[in-house]
Amino acid sequence: MPRDFTKVIEKIDLIAEKVYNDLKSSEIPHLKLPTRTKTNIRFDEKLNVWKYGGNTTERSAKSLDGAYMMLRTMYMVDFIKDMIKANKSSTLREMYYISEGWDLAKFHSQPESDSLAEDLEVITSCMREDFKLRPEEDGARVIGNFTLEEMTRNKTKKKIHCQDDVGDSGYTIPYNVEPEKITFKGADADFILAVETGGMFDRLVENGFDKQHRAIIVHLKGQPARSTRRFIKRLHDEKKLPVLVFTDCDPWSYRIFGSVAYGAIKTAHISEYLATPAAQYLGVTPSDIENYKLPTDKLSKEDIHALKSELSDPRFQDRFWKHEIKLQLSLGKKSEQQALAKYGLDYVTDTYLPEKLAEMGMLKK
Amino acid sequence: MTEVEAIAHKLARQQKEISVAEFFERNKHILGFGNPTRSLLTSVKEGVDNVLDACEESGILPEIYVEIKNHEDGECRLIIEDNGPGIIKKQVPHIFGRLLYGSRFHAIRQSRGQQGIGISAVVLYSQLTTGKHAKITSKIQEDRPATVTELAIDTNRNRAEVISRAIVHWEKPSGTRLEVSIVADYKRGKRFVYDYLQSTSIVNPHAQITFKEPDGTEHLFERTSETIPKKPIEIKPHPQGIELGTLIKIAKGTKSRRLSSFLKSEFSSMGDRTTKAVCEKAQLDRGLDPKKMSREQFLTLHKAFKKVKIMAPSTDCLSPIGEILIKRSLKHQTQEISPEFIYTASRPTSVFSGSPFQIEVGIVYGGSLPKDKSVRLLRFANRVPLLYQQGDCVSTAAISSIDWRRYGFDQSSGKGIPSGPAIFFTHMSSTLIPFTSESKEAIADIPEIESEIKLAFRECARKVQSHIHKEVKRVKTREKFDLITKILPEIAKKSSDMLGKPVPSLDAVITKIMDVIWIEDLIECEKTSSKPVQATLFEDSSENIDGGWITKSTILVVNYKNMPQKFNLYALIPEDAVVGTVTPKPAKITSRYIKWNLDAIDPANKVDISFELAGLDKGDFDENDLYIENINASYVIGADKWEGE
Repeated sequence: MPRDFTKVIEKIDLIAEKVYNDLKSSEIPHLKLPTRTKTNIRFDEKLNVWKYGGNTTERSAKSLDGAYMMLRTMYMVDFIKDMIKANKSSTLREMYYISEGWDLAKFHSQPESDSLAEDLEVITSCMREDFKLRPEEDGARVIGNFTLEEMTRNKTKKKIHCQDDVGDSGYTIPYNVEPEKITFKGADADFILAVETGGMFDRLVENGFDKQHRAIIVHLKGQPARSTRRFIKRLHDEKKLPVLVFTDCDPWSYRIFGSVAYGAIKTAHISEYLATPAAQYLGVTPSDIENYKLPTDKLSKEDIHALKSELSDPRFQDRFWKHEIKLQLSLGKKSEQQALAKYGLDYVTDTYLPEKLAEMGMLKK
Repeated sequence: MTEVEAIAHKLARQQKEISVAEFFERNKHILGFGNPTRSLLTSVKEGVDNVLDACEESGILPEIYVEIKNHEDGECRLIIEDNGPGIIKKQVPHIFGRLLYGSRFHAIRQSRGQQGIGISAVVLYSQLTTGKHAKITSKIQEDRPATVTELAIDTNRNRAEVISRAIVHWEKPSGTRLEVSIVADYKRGKRFVYDYLQSTSIVNPHAQITFKEPDGTEHLFERTSETIPKKPIEIKPHPQGIELGTLIKIAKGTKSRRLSSFLKSEFSSMGDRTTKAVCEKAQLDRGLDPKKMSREQFLTLHKAFKKVKIMAPSTDCLSPIGEILIKRSLKHQTQEISPEFIYTASRPTSVFSGSPFQIEVGIVYGGSLPKDKSVRLLRFANRVPLLYQQGDCVSTAAISSIDWRRYGFDQSSGKGIPSGPAIFFTHMSSTLIPFTSESKEAIADIPEIESEIKLAFRECARKVQSHIHKEVKRVKTREKFDLITKILPEIAKKSSDMLGKPVPSLDAVITKIMDVIWIEDLIECEKTSSKPVQATLFEDSSENIDGGWITKSTILVVNYKNMPQKFNLYALIPEDAVVGTVTPKPAKITSRYIKWNLDAIDPANKVDISFELAGLDKGDFDENDLYIENINASYVIGADKWEGE
């Protein structure tokens, strides 16, 4: 069943119309969009996630940079429109390379074009998928006792059991995890454990943690891709499984948790699609450093700056985070998931995780 | 005879006069002959300075030929030839074979060599290091033959010893050629010789210098001005800053019988009124006989000089280069750097210790000059380049004490020589250059001089700063031009294409975005063989205009504001320029500027303005200085607020 893109085209044309009408009525063309910084995210009580607040930024053609931005916007919406009409899609990177041919409107780097694509989502309230744009990287992995059904490129449905039908590296999460592509069937697990590093994911798999503790283990691969977050959210919502996040003990890892649980600042316009507000942070916490006497590194200048910035981040204002961040600042230290190996390769699965899970009421000791 | 007396007599037998030549031998490092590298440069320098002075005095445009032949054993043959007036046979031994012999030592006026130790020191150095004789060829008149003299110096008597003399035929109408053999390090000294000759050419734009290296390579430093510098005239000492001893010495030798006439006739700047004021201040009778005055009376007189306001000495004795010529020759000599701009500043005459002096400075900026290195300093005194002892020179101290960060240069802690893509030029003209030592490489740290150099550089730096400032503003506005001429039309096209609608008119939006009055200018030079189109406006236009350059300045004024604009525009012109065709009709022309009253210019409309200047060389006028009146200056890009004359 081909999707209907009429609405998307209408919304894209609205941008062109806005610019055109400005010019026609002798106004300097300008576009308004929500300010995408941490000072402009508000907690949405109804959706239970963090969304953009009321502050807006104006993109005006009055300055040279603004005019370039406007021209690029025009080129990008035109490109998207063409893609929709031709029933094609492209990766963000492909679009960046295509933009090389846009003459004056070309970008200097891919983050610029990625960021403009996000702007367009915000302005039109569409999703990247509506624009037929996708990221190149996916590759986040999942392993656990559940079955999903994937619509393959041959348009046939394929059932996959994420323990029995996959190798030790698990099932690879595709960039599109919407119901048209993936549906969840049976699941027999107690919780989802989202893990930051590949090394730890492999350690848990090797030690049989998924089987022993009835867990679905998801590899976040650093800052998780949209599809990974969307996958976790759907699995949580549809199978009613609690989500626990297990990362390194440093400010950047807390941001990973933040984007899983609260919504990322960059994608706050679609937080309700991506965030899992019920997700809990398991560790490694600054308290763990002390309790487990973990090997540490000194906090760098950037780490300290990031921690302080988190203290003023509206998403980290609860007692738990305030306490842990302040503790870490006073310790002046950070640690890694894999530092637990200090006590042996099985320590994390035999001791640390069971203790933490029991503490959080997930496991009975 | 007591024992003590005996010693005294014994000592007396040993005490004898030390000959000047012997003194030189022992102190040659002080005179710039300390090592073989230095000696090469000093020899060239003494020879060339001499030529320039001689040519200037006799009103000849100098053509100097310097050749160095390199011999293997560290010996060089140095040849310096000129087209000067020549030297009469009888004088040759004195000038080349006698130290401290010169015509300029006693005169108070600007000259290059002052002590007269110059050229004969080269001959002596040659003799000391190679044992060879100096060979001088000289011709004083077109239809007479030249004389070749070979001579040595008798160091005990400080006299020349003529070895041979001959009459030869020489093609030159007149001139002198010196050949000496010296021990010198050519390999190392080469660069200094080149730098010295190039620098000399900068401050002597009227000279043409050819330099031939041992391998036959010839460098030509071209003449950029056909005007011989005005011959400085001799003046009497200025009373301010004269030493007490000198004052007494002058009084002893005066022919005046009365104090008042003594003051008026032996000193400069002493008129009736000043003389009266000085005498009153010193409480001395104007009728006193200066020869019979006591030391105490001289002392009160000496003190009174300082308490009374005395006019600065006349500047006739100085021969500054002039801003236009400095700029022109700096431009010529920095061609391969292709600098962004050259600014100059010139101070009025000032006085230190009774000697008048004048400071001229210049800044060459940008082009291929390195941005992260210290700026290069070019120092000159009386048109002579100073190449060594930069750290001891007052000009270095003055430059180092300015906070250059304010003017867009890098300078750690706001002190020291700044870094940036620039060459700093300093020239001091004076009747007496207070060098730190006999080698004449650094000017002594005298507060009056330092202060003048600082003032001159500040003035110059302000011009640099304002240029950079204007440039930044222009770049910003040029960006807006890109915006309205390229990007905005593209935005309009793209949006109309997407919607399938006609492209809207952009005039109103463009005016809104720019929101300025834009003034752009262009200067072109064209060679002309005819008289300017319009009759000259100034009486003082006797200069030869035929076959010169016409400088044409075109100014474009565009109103990018949304209201009609009406204002006055001023364009500054150089004082010695002659104004030709001016369009549209100006409201006023003076010797300093042209003024237009521009009638209301409608939004998105433009006005073309142009004027022509004659009597200037190509490049003399290469930047318009535009000012506006009766309009908010912040509306205008490309001109500043007119602050009145």
